[in-house]
Amino acid sequence: MSVTTFLTRTHGRGRLDWTDWLSYAYLLVGLFTMFAPILWLVMSSFKTESAIGQFPPTFLPYSQKSVTVQGHEKPLPLFLTKTESGELREMAQVRRIGIMATMVDPAKPETEIRVNINDRKPINELQFAGNNYTDLFGKFSFGKYLWNSVFITVVATLLTLLINSMAAFALSKYQFRGQKAVFMLIIATLMIPPTIILVPVFLVINSVGLLNSLWGVILPAIATPTGVFLLRQYMLTIPDELLEAARMDHASEWRIYWKIILPLSAPALAVLAIFSVMWRWNDFLLPLIVLSKPEFFTLQLALNSFQGELNTQWHYLLAMTVITLIPITLVFAFLQKYITTGIASAGVK
Amino acid sequence: MATLDLQRIVKSFDATTILHGIDLAVKDGEFVVFVGPSGCGKSTLLRVIAGLEAPTSGDIRIDGQNVNDISAAHRGCSMVFQSYALYPHMSVYDNMAFGLENIGVPKAQIESKVSAAATLLRLGELLQRKPTQLSGGQRQRVAIGRSIVREPKLFLFDEPLSNLDAELRVSMRAEIRELHARLKATMVYVTHDQVEAMTMADKIVVLRAGKVEQVGAPLELYNRPLNTFVAGFIGSPRMNFLPVALLPDEARQGGHALVPQGTHTIGLRPEHAQIANDGPIAMQVSSVEQLGSTSLLHGKVGADTPFEMVLNGQTSTRGGDTVRLGLSTAHLHCFDSQGLRL
Amino acid sequence: MHWLTRLMGIFFNLFEPLFRLGQRVLGVSRIGWLFVAPNLMVFGLFTFLPILINFVYAATGGVKLMPFERPFTGVENFGILFECRNYFDIQTCRKDVFWRAIFNTAKFSVIQVVLMVGFSLVTALVLNRKIIGRGFWRGVFFYPVLLSPVVVALIWKWLLQSQGVFNAALVATGNEPIGWLTDAGWAFFWTVFVSIWAHMGFYTLILLAGLQAIPKDMYEAAEMDAASPWRTLRRITLPLLMPNLIVVLVLAMIRAVQIFDEVFVLTGGGPGSATTFIVQFIYQTGFAEQIHLYGLAAAASLVLALGLMLLTFVQLRLTKASEAGQRAR
Repeated sequence: MSVTTFLTRTHGRGRLDWTDWLSYAYLLVGLFTMFAPILWLVMSSFKTESAIGQFPPTFLPYSQKSVTVQGHEKPLPLFLTKTESGELREMAQVRRIGIMATMVDPAKPETEIRVNINDRKPINELQFAGNNYTDLFGKFSFGKYLWNSVFITVVATLLTLLINSMAAFALSKYQFRGQKAVFMLIIATLMIPPTIILVPVFLVINSVGLLNSLWGVILPAIATPTGVFLLRQYMLTIPDELLEAARMDHASEWRIYWKIILPLSAPALAVLAIFSVMWRWNDFLLPLIVLSKPEFFTLQLALNSFQGELNTQWHYLLAMTVITLIPITLVFAFLQKYITTGIASAGVK
Repeated sequence: MATLDLQRIVKSFDATTILHGIDLAVKDGEFVVFVGPSGCGKSTLLRVIAGLEAPTSGDIRIDGQNVNDISAAHRGCSMVFQSYALYPHMSVYDNMAFGLENIGVPKAQIESKVSAAATLLRLGELLQRKPTQLSGGQRQRVAIGRSIVREPKLFLFDEPLSNLDAELRVSMRAEIRELHARLKATMVYVTHDQVEAMTMADKIVVLRAGKVEQVGAPLELYNRPLNTFVAGFIGSPRMNFLPVALLPDEARQGGHALVPQGTHTIGLRPEHAQIANDGPIAMQVSSVEQLGSTSLLHGKVGADTPFEMVLNGQTSTRGGDTVRLGLSTAHLHCFDSQGLRL
Repeated sequence: MHWLTRLMGIFFNLFEPLFRLGQRVLGVSRIGWLFVAPNLMVFGLFTFLPILINFVYAATGGVKLMPFERPFTGVENFGILFECRNYFDIQTCRKDVFWRAIFNTAKFSVIQVVLMVGFSLVTALVLNRKIIGRGFWRGVFFYPVLLSPVVVALIWKWLLQSQGVFNAALVATGNEPIGWLTDAGWAFFWTVFVSIWAHMGFYTLILLAGLQAIPKDMYEAAEMDAASPWRTLRRITLPLLMPNLIVVLVLAMIRAVQIFDEVFVLTGGGPGSATTFIVQFIYQTGFAEQIHLYGLAAAASLVLALGLMLLTFVQLRLTKASEAGQRAR
């Protein structure tokens, strides 16, 4: 079967009609709209400070070439210059006063000529400013922010998995008095977004002395109702006979939970883990309230505070932004299937 | 009411070919049944006729007009789906009216057509109900009503009775036949059940692996199957096939030969087998089922060829007995080594 | 990874005696309580307790954080929020920022939800066709959903800079650059656009799942019924999708009303209070102003909570109504 037959196989009719072309056009526009801004971000993050300030901006990170000239300490910027004789030469600029620039031939540094600034054009080359990224760790305690985010995300996810699965286990495999009420209560919590209890949550965290502590951001977030619901739904499908057999084998309940329920719930745990990583990595409002000392900032808080202070240092800000979005992009690239199936099944709720 | 002509219809999906060149002519007002085992392509053929699939090559003519390039909506066919495909959010009335609304029929006319169809199918009381509130048989009738209302040239049925229980199936069979007689419409009906085919069709098309094995009236297929496949497919219980070697030499050759030269397999329907004390072949009976009005004998002939016999009334033969079979040429079907009728 | 299993083993052994003891004391069935306890404790401490305390804050004044150090003021906080000389002129209100925030939030929610669900629906309809690489395209629209709101805001802030790409394009075509985030009208527009950009993929997924649940032969029957694609969409597809659509609309609305993160980083609520929404008002009042007015913030939170409860109530009613109309498939 030819390639064209394969490509035009739509509608079961074997012919592409205008609605198909329109659909693909729409999808391409969507692709551009969704990814072009991110691509622009990444490209810009590699621009040097001077290139960032250029207007109009270029797509690729170009920066003006510079050359070391004998007799001058710092490298001099290179221009394509029109000399008095009318020929175009590559010359380095020593200084510029007003509309006149003093240029030298890099090979013959003694001969200086003066030209009008309009007679020269900067020579650009591709320059990837990797130092935007490396400087972050040196100058800006970026490593600390990264560590804070990672710590919060990992610890919170582990704890979330632990206590949510314990609760889901209790609600799916046991019958105890008040069980239904507990379940209803947990579901009701789904309807209470954190935004409406900001002030008292702040009080509680303060009262237990967890203000300006990473634990103050971890602990309030780990009892997710979505997680309990998801895991419970999954655990309901584990046959009760397995537990009964284990009990006959004198296994304690904790052992049953740890050795039987948890391993069997691995797929649901994986989905919850991905969600939890997403939620905790992207958390903003609660950390904003709880963490006011810079050494405790997460990446998100750091990004926010930097764009206030360092409004002009976009090259660093952009690099930070790119680093912040890498982990979630990796999760997306490798685990997309888990995420979409997890949402589709949760959406059925 | 229309004629249907299929010429060299081939249908392939990617590398797999489902239909290998089907030719067929259906007369105006005929009730044609496509029958065959699963995967023979009967549903695919129906969908090609309907316009839901385009043939890879070949021509379809409805009433003499080539409809290859005409979309399903405008071919003048209507279809009753196996799952009925009723719109669950619309009432029975709306389900039936939908097709007419789409082509811009005025409301008053829609009303009269729908109520006519509803009366015909005894759906009058149910017009305001939703499909989920109806029984399987009622939903069936709504699906049929939906196709009647459009007064199509061709009625298409895709295994409509397979989701019904046995009793309902029998009564619905009769109803569909009655409908056909009333409307005098051309109907193409797909089923895997040969009993439905035999009882309902004016003409049966037997399909296997995308090819037409035989076309003919039901009794013609029963009495003169053109090959072993059709012979074994039509008729229940299934025809017995015996290798010709089981016959003694004098029955095979010479003036008193029971079978022509070149015969490789003999076919004999269980209901045509008789016990004859001087018959040429012996049958070892293994079990006997007595139904009161008929008796069903299971056993073997020759070394290990299975054989079944249906006798009228009750019999004294028991399992373990040996009986001799009488063969009369009238009821012997002879097939060559390719399985074709001689 | 060997150390990981060792670690987990240690963890396991740590808790087992505790649970064995609990099992002996409580019995097998009541041990369920022990398993659900940690979750309940966290809920209790960080969700239920705060709900109760919220009312205390709303009913007290002063500037102290500790509830028992705050003087009881009854409904005075609500009074302050709602006090206006002329209810048709926001400027005459005592807390005009509150009213502006409510108005902005309402305007934003309606516009954003309608547009976003519209785009999501169209995208879901397109993705429901026989598209090559559907999984890829689905991922394309879904990717921004995963990005943190801060990252999303910064991506767009960079594009909308006075020296950014958008203005470069304007200048290149001979126009004047626009202060995208400094003009009140444009700033509002971009909050709507950016939040649609960041969230539509999620709802597209849900609607796509709903579309794929519609049996294929329904479309074939409609085709045999001479239904044009437009009529099929209007009379078959959309009515069958309605339950999903309602869920999506209400979910989106609930989320839109609480918008904060990306707007805060993108515009900071400005210019002025043109893009200040209700959650930002709560945050500002309680945490960002010179004086932390916890009481007012709590009162405003309760107003928001009331709005959300109404929305959830509407959702339940609408879902019941649409299910009654359909009586399952």
